[in-house]
Amino acid sequence: MAQMNMKEAIRDAMRVELKRDPNVIIFGEDVGHVGGVFRTTEGLQKEFGEDRVFDTPLAEAAIGGLAVGLGIQGFRPIAEIQFVGFIYEAMDQMCVQAARMRFRSGGRYNSPIVFRTPFGGGVKAAELHTDSLEGLMIQTPGIKVVVPSNPYDAKGLMIAAIRDNDPVFFMEHLNLYHAFRAEVPEDDYTVELGKASIVREGKDVTILAYGLMVHTAMKAAAELEKEGVQAEIIDLRTLMPLDIDTIVASIKKTNRAIVVQEAQKTSGVAAEVIAQINEKAILHLEAPVLRVAGPDTIYPFAQIEDQWLPNPARIVAAVNKVLNF
Amino acid sequence: MSKFHFEVQTEDVTPLSVLSPEGEVVNPDMVPDLSDDQLKEIMYRMVFTRAWDDRAINLGRQGRLGFYAPVSGQEASMVGSVYPLQKEDFVVPAYRDMPQIVWHGLPLYQAFLYSRGHQHGGQIPAGVNVMMPQIIIGAQILHAMGIAMGFKLKKQAQVAITYTGDGGSSEGDFYEGLNFAGAYKLPVIFFVQNNGYAITTPFSKQTAAKSIAHKAIAVGITGLQIDGMDVLAVIKAVQMAAERGRKGEGATLIEALTYRYRPHSMADDTSKYRTKDEEAEWAIKDPLVRFGKYLEKKGLWTEEDTARVKEEAKAKVNEEIKRAEQTEKMTVAGLIDTMFETTPQHLEEQKADFQ
Repeated sequence: MAQMNMKEAIRDAMRVELKRDPNVIIFGEDVGHVGGVFRTTEGLQKEFGEDRVFDTPLAEAAIGGLAVGLGIQGFRPIAEIQFVGFIYEAMDQMCVQAARMRFRSGGRYNSPIVFRTPFGGGVKAAELHTDSLEGLMIQTPGIKVVVPSNPYDAKGLMIAAIRDNDPVFFMEHLNLYHAFRAEVPEDDYTVELGKASIVREGKDVTILAYGLMVHTAMKAAAELEKEGVQAEIIDLRTLMPLDIDTIVASIKKTNRAIVVQEAQKTSGVAAEVIAQINEKAILHLEAPVLRVAGPDTIYPFAQIEDQWLPNPARIVAAVNKVLNF
Repeated sequence: MSKFHFEVQTEDVTPLSVLSPEGEVVNPDMVPDLSDDQLKEIMYRMVFTRAWDDRAINLGRQGRLGFYAPVSGQEASMVGSVYPLQKEDFVVPAYRDMPQIVWHGLPLYQAFLYSRGHQHGGQIPAGVNVMMPQIIIGAQILHAMGIAMGFKLKKQAQVAITYTGDGGSSEGDFYEGLNFAGAYKLPVIFFVQNNGYAITTPFSKQTAAKSIAHKAIAVGITGLQIDGMDVLAVIKAVQMAAERGRKGEGATLIEALTYRYRPHSMADDTSKYRTKDEEAEWAIKDPLVRFGKYLEKKGLWTEEDTARVKEEAKAKVNEEIKRAEQTEKMTVAGLIDTMFETTPQHLEEQKADFQ
């Protein structure tokens, strides 16, 4: 075991897989020589060579297309899109080409690709660096979506994503890269895609969250504890496919739930989670399932970010609403 | 003090031809080295492709084929550009480029299934190195670039060839693919079939560039323009480009000047944007007539041969369309099972709604 932050855990996962499988290959803007703008791939080119870890020209669509072509040739590409807002340039290659490859070839070809991208608010970044665009991806058939919230999960989910034979969109929250260290095994292990985790047990209300919002929810739960409310927190970890069994089991216990997402309120993951709860557990609900989310504006200017993003107080207020419904 | 010259300093290009429209050799140094049998095989494929196109249009009218992009006029570009390739080379087509992937090994009935909208149309047989036709204009350029990167990394002396039309050269993906191929020196051939129109939009409205071949300058790769109605010119150009690729000399952009005798698709009316004069001018350049004359003079081909191949093609198309029509019908459950390697729970549940 070693103490690692989330960035180091993700790098460690890639190193494990580069070593294990000669077909694993990493590329993107500035990922080679300097090891990425966040140093997530630092040292990997030196250790594995320029044929395995290399820089690309500055063009996201071509990075996506390079990944699809290499996937056809039997490689397992890890393609980095430097910041989440730039995925629009690569949407065709991710959501049309990679996501549909297995389907439109009837299984003849597939796209065993991990598209990595940093995202997430609270760091006062420039425009289009921090938007939560997972909602665009979860509604695209054929691509899986993963958002880790801690170093252990990040490494295990990344290894699982690399070994998956279908495309995975892997979102790394900027505010969690260096937030804290945790024990991470040095050898290889996986965290199964499509499985949520209960990060705090409780009996009064279920809070469903992912990414940074797991930690925001933990702070809210500590406040609620003082009022005698036991909140259960589920870290969704994989947004597509959702682990509906874990969600429903929790709701059968608590009978109340809220969903917390950093993304804007309309659509996105929260709406899908609520729809599935309605389909599968409506008779276990004592109150409607509420959402805590960003307002339906463009992602805010840096100086007002903290007011825009969901915070513990808004989560506590939403929990009190469902408790007093 | 010298003045700035506000002009792009590039030479005009002249399309490379080997044969005149009368079938005379005009460029003896550029005649590709081909045996008599090979020459006959190339003619066979072009005549077959023309007959297949004729038949496909009728099948479309009868409702026995679905989406179909006509190819008549482009036989030299299509047949000629895959003929010199090796089986291991990869062919990455756009939606009109069905002949190339069929001549590279895709069974004809699967081409018909693709047209009819059946998943088995895309299930390329193992060992046949082609992709399914690409509908998103430009995306295939990037895939070919990536596939070529695969050949380079695996140290295999193979090439990828990909196709687009003149309109496709305006896409961002076109530039990005060419540029990556240049930066990484990849073994890939970008083959642009410039037939003068993107649906109804003439080439003059796509770009102010003098040619598509000029676009190679922007990315530092080799570009050339050829007579796309002259199959020997097409074969020679692809042979040279493939050789460059195999030797590690990088990518080549080939612009083939050609013409489609038929509409863009079955939903298009050419009389709204093309003149009879223009059509007549290109009819003289018919690739089958030109190459046929060349072969006739060599004593390798007669009109009877053309008639015979047309009959053979017709019989083969009839057989293959029947096979396509008899292919087992798809099911929604079957489609669901091809979404992922392992079907997730929510999709397993959705399957139940269709059983």
